[in-house]
Amino acid sequence: MEHSLEEIFQKKVDNEEKIEARDWMPDAYRKTLIRQISQHAHSEIVGMLPEGNWITRAPSLKRKLALLAKVQDEGGHGLYLYSATETLGIGRDELIDQLHSGKAKYSSIFNYPSLTWADMGAIGWLVDGAAIMNQVALCRTSYGPYARAMVRICKEESFHQRQGYDILYTMSQGSAEQKEMVQDSVNRWWWPSLMMFGPNDDASPNSAQSLKWKIKRLSNDELRQRFVDMTVPQAEILGIKLPDPDLKYNESRGHYDFGAINWDEFYQVLAGNGPCNKERLAARIKAHEEGAWVREAASAYAEKQQIKNNSKSVA
Amino acid sequence: MKDWPLFEIFIRSKNGLNHKHVGSLHAADAQMAIQNARDVYTRRNEGVSIWVAEAKNITASNPDENEALFDPASDKIYRHPTFYVLPDALKHM
Repeated sequence: MEHSLEEIFQKKVDNEEKIEARDWMPDAYRKTLIRQISQHAHSEIVGMLPEGNWITRAPSLKRKLALLAKVQDEGGHGLYLYSATETLGIGRDELIDQLHSGKAKYSSIFNYPSLTWADMGAIGWLVDGAAIMNQVALCRTSYGPYARAMVRICKEESFHQRQGYDILYTMSQGSAEQKEMVQDSVNRWWWPSLMMFGPNDDASPNSAQSLKWKIKRLSNDELRQRFVDMTVPQAEILGIKLPDPDLKYNESRGHYDFGAINWDEFYQVLAGNGPCNKERLAARIKAHEEGAWVREAASAYAEKQQIKNNSKSVA
Repeated sequence: MKDWPLFEIFIRSKNGLNHKHVGSLHAADAQMAIQNARDVYTRRNEGVSIWVAEAKNITASNPDENEALFDPASDKIYRHPTFYVLPDALKHM
């Protein structure tokens, strides 16, 4: 019996075979991937901004080097992901345009401000921690180029989380003011970090299809629960209190219960009304526009070299 | 502005091993592609040598022709050593 292309595709996915760039795939699969991977790439690039804010104000040379290396990694991660997106037949310039015009989204977490040095710790521990939870699962995503980018990213990302925790742990051993800074920072970053996993499963209409195609491997709520379970004992070592009165270990479930997330805030930030949305996009657009002459100069130089080489080979 | 050409990047992780495809990037020319590949793909001692090739110069097989290309290999089991059943007494073969 003849099978449709779609059936053959689904069978490959069910058998854990990876889909590669030139293989047949449903249009909706391609579109979902372009949206998801490019959103992920944009998040890496915009995610450089809240941390870039503190590079020149790091408290020591050691901290400055580590932060600089982390931000550089994020630029690299953006590149891996843009490259993976481009294998699906969309150009880099178009992807950048989509970010700058607001058509494409990036992770809402980066629309919150980084107010103190402790935020560099909390971002590494919580924001990168939540990202890793998601990215480890995505190493098994069905699209080959995306999975390979994820493997590379995960290898580099664990340093990010550890350097963040190291910042907080050092401060938690310090003065009363430093301890207060740690608590304040975690108070501000905890809930937005939980929102990073996206809406609850029953409010996430595209999740079922993405799970069937194995673009996603675990649901939003599963990942969020894993993150909470992993993070609570780490908070205890820091001697801080996570800002949720309902957070409590549930013996019968074998997991931590936690309070309701303020989804209204999530959708407000997503819609562009977060504390830093405008600032972040403006910074990206400015960097792109002010870098135009560098790109033009590099192109002009490359052309000149080409002409030189050609005339040499003729002579 | 139009995109710079796309280069595919191949890294030899240490001498004695093949160059292996690791990803791609845009660059104005091959020299710049090597410099950028060094920055993004070898920040943690991942390589000792870099090849770059402009993506448009790579010719790839078509996955639609996979059957014609690769299936004939699967019914030639006599190409594998295990096809030949020899006496147990035979050593070093």
